[in-house]
Amino acid sequence: MSSNLAAAGEQPAYDYDVVRKFAVMTVVWGVVGMSVGVLIASQLMWPQLNDIFQPYTHFGRLRPLHTNAVIFAFGGCALFATSYYVVQRTCQAPLWGGWLVPFTFWGWQLVIVLAAITLPMGYTSAKEYAELEWPIDILITLVWVSYALVFFGTIVKRKTSHIYVANWFFGGFILTVAVLHVVNSAAVPVTLTKSYSAYAGAMDAMIQWWYGHNAVGFFLTAGFLGIMYYFVPKQAGRPVYSYQLSIVHFWALISLYIWAGSHHLHYSALPDWAQSLGMVMSLILLAPSWGGMINGIMTLSGAWHKLRTDPTLRFLVVSLSFYGMSTFEGPMMAIKTVNALSHNTDWTIGHVHSGALGWVAMISIGALYHLFPVLTNRKAMWSVPLINAHFWLATVGTVLYIAAMWVNGIMQGLMWRAFNADGSLTYSFVESVEASYPGYFIRVVGGAMFLLGMLLMAYNTYRTLTAPAEEADAADNAQLQAA
Amino acid sequence: MSTFWSLWIILITSLNLYLLAWLLLANRKVAVSDDDDPENRTTGHIYDGIEEYDNPLPKWWFQLFVATMIFGIIYLIIYPGMGKWPGLTGWTSVNQLEREQQKADEQYGEIYANFAAMSIEDVAMDPAAQKMGVRLFANNCAVCHGADGGGNYGFPNLTDNDWLYGGSAEQIKQTIAHGRAGQMPAWGAIIGEENVVAVGEHVLSLSGAEHDVAKAVEGAEVFATSCASCHGADGKGNYLFGAPNLADDTWLYEGSPEGIRHSIRAGRSNVMPAQVDKLREEKIHLLAGYVYGLSMDAEAEAAE
Repeated sequence: MSSNLAAAGEQPAYDYDVVRKFAVMTVVWGVVGMSVGVLIASQLMWPQLNDIFQPYTHFGRLRPLHTNAVIFAFGGCALFATSYYVVQRTCQAPLWGGWLVPFTFWGWQLVIVLAAITLPMGYTSAKEYAELEWPIDILITLVWVSYALVFFGTIVKRKTSHIYVANWFFGGFILTVAVLHVVNSAAVPVTLTKSYSAYAGAMDAMIQWWYGHNAVGFFLTAGFLGIMYYFVPKQAGRPVYSYQLSIVHFWALISLYIWAGSHHLHYSALPDWAQSLGMVMSLILLAPSWGGMINGIMTLSGAWHKLRTDPTLRFLVVSLSFYGMSTFEGPMMAIKTVNALSHNTDWTIGHVHSGALGWVAMISIGALYHLFPVLTNRKAMWSVPLINAHFWLATVGTVLYIAAMWVNGIMQGLMWRAFNADGSLTYSFVESVEASYPGYFIRVVGGAMFLLGMLLMAYNTYRTLTAPAEEADAADNAQLQAA
Repeated sequence: MSTFWSLWIILITSLNLYLLAWLLLANRKVAVSDDDDPENRTTGHIYDGIEEYDNPLPKWWFQLFVATMIFGIIYLIIYPGMGKWPGLTGWTSVNQLEREQQKADEQYGEIYANFAAMSIEDVAMDPAAQKMGVRLFANNCAVCHGADGGGNYGFPNLTDNDWLYGGSAEQIKQTIAHGRAGQMPAWGAIIGEENVVAVGEHVLSLSGAEHDVAKAVEGAEVFATSCASCHGADGKGNYLFGAPNLADDTWLYEGSPEGIRHSIRAGRSNVMPAQVDKLREEKIHLLAGYVYGLSMDAEAEAAE
């Protein structure tokens, strides 16, 4: 499948060991994080499932475990694996940093294991997507600074004259996440396992959502656009559609995202001016977000026929479609009038998952199906039909999930604001919960399908990694060695 | 907001929007000039085999970008956003809320005013009031007292005729409006475990439950000195303190021997939150009528 591995001249000995480790752990944490996701979706459908092993299996403790596992364990490992791979190959330089490289791997895994232990035990700083307590926050900072050193050190040592666009996005993501993490996690420790935020009141909320939305904007968008900019042209064997567009949408995206967090706090105690600015910047963000989608999808012009035979490419292209859809939905939901209906409903969860499953997970999966054969000196994954099955499970699962949440969310929003002729509310809260059960059930089904696809991937990856080395023909051999 | 911060916000917002416009226009000009044969135009960079076309920005995308920026600028002129600038419309979230509340008052005020003029007892008999009451109850009370008002562990049943603070219409309204705080002190450390058991047996005897007669007699003495001041010499309770009647078979917590001993030993603390700051007088009046009506049903059933 990797027909476009043609490389210019001699290439240095790249460090693929750390890439391989991170790639494998992406699959492992994907299965773990999504399993917890299916469990907590089931708990909302069948609340008795909270009681498996109280208090550790309570929804309130497992939900942050799910978000941390899929965002920082699954997504994080995918970003480490791909950025380490891409930066080496597009700079034609091996990773710089010596022991820092393995430290980022083992350090990050330690963070994940500590999260998996402390969150069910109830240790939390109560900041969404930043629940881990201060000693773990310090470890994250150390790992992240090392990551930045390795990444930018490699850029400095590059043999190419320019820096490829994928590396702009990876670089922007690494720098901004460092700032976000340090500022938002600032806290006063009380004991080893308890700390209090350094900020108070509406300011704490604003810092939290400045962080929270940019975790989406930089961790889950800019980073994964970096993945897109390498793996889509590579897998399609086509040049990137427009260099001009890359420049404009990169700078526009990173300068606008940082403003948008306050749209999470519409109609709250946040001052009106901050809410308005958040909404305006979110709207202007639509075009820059779509710039990435256009550049990805238009790169395929002239290579559309490959979609028929290459399920890996299909993962990449469909992920861009979901990206385009959720980055249209986001600015729309940031409009105050729409937000008045959507806020606090399942629509928000649906929106997040159209990005998380449809965009982040699917582009990572596509990139990994491209990577594993290269990392194991093979022409293809152990089974291409299994990739195809995974693709359909993931796509149908995602569509079921987000459609169920749209229906639930809009229904909840309408039920909560329905008035009787006498001015009393038509529905009580619990009636809106009862009405949400069909949607909850469909979500469990959709999530389970997505998880089943990940299990197929885990099996396929295991067989690919353990299969005996294959006899590649001479031409392939030359390419693979170059790879 | 001080003038400095206001200017700072205006400065960085304008600067960001200005730079975006510049970025967009500057890159547009370059691209348009090599539009004639885009298929073969690349930047000349090759990264690991990846090339880049020098295609211009898609026109519709460019227009979308400009349109959202124009919308944003107009929005920031009309609405607050640029520091202290209040916006041409003078809109604030507070005055929007006030307008909506005023509108609701005009629309529904008369209905509530009519019920407010009636006595609570009459409200309880009015079918239209009961229909509104059940909705108010569902949204404000049902979380603790249950959708049917039947109560829960620690939350009183409102459909029987057993009251902690009195069941008259005015007493019910007082409870809803200003809340109640029921405190049963912890007696374990004061009277000792032996007496806790003895008092427990005495309390069981009051409602005719199975009990140890000898211990109950012993407990009666302790009850008279330590418990009777609130619960009364006969254990029938006192509305003034919200001290429950111990001589019936209604239990707010557990009525089992160990449950009763736990209440004596460790005490209980219970709060009905005041609604007066949350709900308006007319709504509290209506709710009082609804809750009063709930127990009237119980009375009617008992009479049958």
